[in-house]
This record gives sequence, structure tokens and C-alpha cells, in this order.
Amino acid sequence: MALIEVKEICRTYDLGDVKVNALCGVSLEIQKGEFVSIMGPSGSGKSTFMNILGCLDKPTSGNYFLEGTDVSKLSRDELAGIRNKKIGFVFQGFNLLPRTTAIENVELPLLYNGLNAKQRRELAIEALKKVGLQERIDHYPNQLSGGQQQRVAIARALVNNASLILADEPTGNLDSKTSFEIMELFVRLNTEKNITIVVVTHENDIAAFSKRMIKFLDGSVVNDMKVIKNG
Amino acid sequence: MVNISSTLKIAFRALKVNKMRSALTMLGIIIGVGAVIAMLAVGTGASKKIADQISSIGSNLIIILPGSTTAGGVRMGSGTQPTLTTFDSEAIQKECSAVLEAAPVLNGVAQVVYGNLNWSTGIIGTTPNMLSIRDWPISSGRAFTPQDVKSANKVCLLGQTVVDNLFGDNNPIGHIIRIKKVPFTIIGVLAPKGQSPNGQDQDDTIYVPVTTAQKKLFGTSFPGMVRIIMVKAKSTQELGLAEKQITELLRQRHRIGAKQDNDFSVRNLTQIMQTQEQSARIMSILLGAIASISLIVGGIGIMNIMLVSVTERTREIGIRMAIGAKTWDIRLQFIIEAMILSLVGGAAGTIMGLISSEILAKATGWSIVISPISILVAFGFSGIVGIFFGFYPAYKASLLDPIEALRYE
Repeated sequence: MALIEVKEICRTYDLGDVKVNALCGVSLEIQKGEFVSIMGPSGSGKSTFMNILGCLDKPTSGNYFLEGTDVSKLSRDELAGIRNKKIGFVFQGFNLLPRTTAIENVELPLLYNGLNAKQRRELAIEALKKVGLQERIDHYPNQLSGGQQQRVAIARALVNNASLILADEPTGNLDSKTSFEIMELFVRLNTEKNITIVVVTHENDIAAFSKRMIKFLDGSVVNDMKVIKNG
Repeated sequence: MVNISSTLKIAFRALKVNKMRSALTMLGIIIGVGAVIAMLAVGTGASKKIADQISSIGSNLIIILPGSTTAGGVRMGSGTQPTLTTFDSEAIQKECSAVLEAAPVLNGVAQVVYGNLNWSTGIIGTTPNMLSIRDWPISSGRAFTPQDVKSANKVCLLGQTVVDNLFGDNNPIGHIIRIKKVPFTIIGVLAPKGQSPNGQDQDDTIYVPVTTAQKKLFGTSFPGMVRIIMVKAKSTQELGLAEKQITELLRQRHRIGAKQDNDFSVRNLTQIMQTQEQSARIMSILLGAIASISLIVGGIGIMNIMLVSVTERTREIGIRMAIGAKTWDIRLQFIIEAMILSLVGGAAGTIMGLISSEILAKATGWSIVISPISILVAFGFSGIVGIFFGFYPAYKASLLDPIEALRYE
């Protein structure tokens, strides 16, 4: 069974006078343990596709099966539950809570699934260790560099043992050296922990870290290929 | 599923970030709760004072005053034409079934002398049952008896104020004082009673037998004349009936024709007092209502600030939603913040209310009663205000679209 299976999904935005098809007739499968990069110019529908994969949005038509369940029919709160347990998000702007320490940011998803304070803390420390930030658990986001903030965000995505990490331009705000460090972290999580990772990016050298590349244009998939590693 | 302790922690932190704003928002509630408590204290104090005074003059009282004279078409005030007698009083007691006791009163002001001290006070000539009508016990000695009245004995009962002024700490019983130069033997002291409803010192008085007052002190223009008659009805329910019976009896006794006006008037003292008490209670409700308006205004302040807070923290809400916060997780977070504002404000307001009531009591001399219920009501009401005015912003926050919220700058 594929981790992700989308069948003929469309997403139409109703802007009153006109209807805009942001996504039309997309069908694909992503298996567990894949590392996929999604590319395409702005307006190509890749962000809409990510929102749907992340259960933040629902397709107007078509079906989306996540681990075999059709999530396109679920309610708002059920989707929140799925996001909490199965999906980890990494954003371009990090999206950490300000004035909240690294460990508290990482604990945040656990707050919404009823774990007690001790369990939360243990899991959060474990997640921060995985991203190499165990030394800075009590730092506030504004005391951390961009790369470190993104690591905290990745730890937050990992803390609930999510099977899927969705990263929307995770290196967009970082310099190239830090970008590569973050991508190497993704590669390590993918190979060592077998976590499925989907990354949206503009840049070819970032996409080069993935194993599979999907290109979007005008709301459809135009290219879906394996990444050939040279060297 | 919501984790209360961490939600509380989040809420406190959010409020701490904008300390000044939170404090000002709370100030609205502090003033509201403080005002409710202080106003209720003033109102309750006023009605309690009146209630105390009612019980101090005695319960179920009716007072009968003589009528007015008409001189050359000019009607004089009530009491100008003496028409009542001790015999009227006896007849009322005997014949009116709704009357428990009736006592005549012939009073006046006289100079009282003991040794080298003197004092001017109100002298009340009456019968022994006056003490039970006024619910007025004797603190030492004995009351005068019907026999004292019959033989017009020169005995008297002193009020506490008279004792204080003429005897100080000495026991007055058995001593002789001169009232209008007439020697009277002191046989008892009346228990202290305090102020009357219109502020008179009720203890500044001397009771003597009515017959003695008539014959030795004030004189009468016709036999048995008294100034007023005090009546105690059998029960509050029978006050009206007693009034009617007395009126009928006195019209008959005074031979008043069907078309003539009464030459006396009957007043239901207790009813007058109860009306006063009722108006005091209405005033206290009114004060409380006005004060609770400020509490509602404070609540609107909370709502206002919470709406600002929701807008400011749109992105935070988006993040929380993305990582799995459900509708009620978001709602509770904001409702709890609003409740903290209102409850902390309520607690501070309670203290403010207590302090300002004390200051008010000291500054104005009003009697102030702080009931635990008023504190509970004000505090509980502030909590309800928090939930009520916190709900809409919380509801608004929970309806945000996570994608839009995450993009919010």
C-alpha cells in the first residue's frame, strides 16, 4: 500500500466571476520511505498540492488516500488529528512561536494529543537530539541562527513520529551552506529512520538531494522522474 | 483532551507579553467589581440600618394622634386639638380584637435635678404595658405597676442617657430626683436602645406613670387627656384590621357623625418603616445595577483586547492549527486568557471594593455591610463576563483558515 495515493484531484478556487483551476487531474503515488522534491514555477499548483497533501486543504474533486484512509472526506477536527499524528511540517519562514523556547516549540504538537509534561519533555529532547540541537533546548528563536531555527522546526515535525514530513521551501530563507546542512539532515532522516519526505523547492541543487523529482506546470504534473546521482 | 495546565501557562505567557495592555484591560473589571461590591455594601448597610431601627421602635406598631383644630377657617396641624384620653386607650385594649396592647402617652420636656447636676429631657407619662409595646426591657430595678398608675405614685424609670448624665457610673435605683421640682423615686433603668429612625436618642427619656404626669407634671385641659396612644397589633397581618377597629371605636366614642371628619388620626408606624426599608432595598439594587454596567463595560474592554490579540496572533493560530490544534483547543486558549483577565481583575476588584467600602464608611459615617454573597456574586459575575466576552474572539480565532493564517504577516 502506498503511503500517499492521489486520484484525479482538482482544486478550484471560486473567485466570484472566474473559477481558477489551481490543480487539475493530478494522480500519483508516493511510497513509504521516498524522498520527493516538487518543482515548478510560481502558480504551477505545487503549493496547492502541498496544502492538500498536508491536510490543510481539501481537493474540490478526486480522492486522497493517506495510509489507505480517504482524507478528502474528513471534517476539520479529524484533519487536525491527522496533521497532528501523521504529518510534520517544515516551512520556509520556520514558523516557530516567538518568546517560546526551542523545547517548548518542539513540545507543541504533543500538547494537542494529551501527553503529560514529563512524556512531552522526554520526546522533545529526543527529537532535538536527532537534529543535533540538544545543547540549545532553552534558547528562544531569536537567539538561534536561521539554520538552528529550521532544525527546531524539523524536530517539531519529528516529535510525534510522523511518517510524512512536508517541507515547503525549507531552505528559502537560508544561505547555501546552511541549506545544504539542512538538506543533509533530511537525507539522513530519510535513509536512517525511513521517514518519507516531500520537499517543495525552486532550486535544482536542492532538488538534487532527493530521490525523485516531480515537476508541476499550470496545475498538472509535467514530469515525474528519478534523480540520478552523479558520484 | 485539552491540557489545562499547559493551556494556562500559554495564556499567562501571552498576557505577560503585553503587560500594560493586560493591566489596563483588567482595570475595567477591577473598577466594575469594586464598584459592585462597594455599592452593594452601601445599599445593604442602609437597609440594615433601617431594619434595625424598625426593630428598635418595636414591631406592629400603630400610633393614634389627636385631630386638628380649625380656627377661623385655618386648619391647624395634627395634635393641636387634644381629643384622646386614657379611657380611649383602655377601651381600645379591651374592645379591639386585633389589638394586643394599647398605652396612652402624655409627654413633655422638663428639667431634671439630682444633687448639683441637672439635665433637660423628655418625660413620658404612660402605663406599664408601654414597655412591651416598645419591646423595651428593664436593665435593672423594676418597671412601675398598674397600682403605681392607679394611685399616681411618684416613681420613674430612667433611660440610659439620663443615668449617664446625672449619675455617671453610680447605681441610681432608690435615689430621688426632682422633675419640675416634684420628687420622684427611681425604681428602674431602661435597657439602652440607641437611635430612633429619625436620629433621636431614644435613651434620653424618663418614664413615669401617666396619671402622675397628668396630675403633677403637665396638667390636663380635661380629665384623662393624653397626647397620643401607642398600640401594638397582634400580628403584622392584623395591622390593617386593628386600624379599622380603632377608627370605628374612636368614632363611636367621640360621637362623630357619618359625614364628619375624624378628630384623630391613626398611623401605621410599622408600615411606614417597612416602606422606607423597601425603598432602601430598591436603592441598593439600583446602585448594584449601575455598578454592574461598569462591569459590562469592562467586559467589552476584554472582548476588544481579545479581538486585537486574535488578529495579532493570526500566524500563531495558523501554526497551532497546522500541527494539530482542534477547534476547541484554539477556542479554550482564548477563552482562558479572557477568563484570567476577568478573574484576576475580579480578585483585585474585590480587594478594591472592600478597601473603598471601608474608606467610604469612615469618610461618610454611613453604615456599610459587606455580605459574603455580594463578593461571591461580583466575583462570579466577573468570571461569567470573561467567558461571555471571551467567547466571540475565541470563536473567531477557531474559524480561521490555517493556510491563510500561516501566510499572515
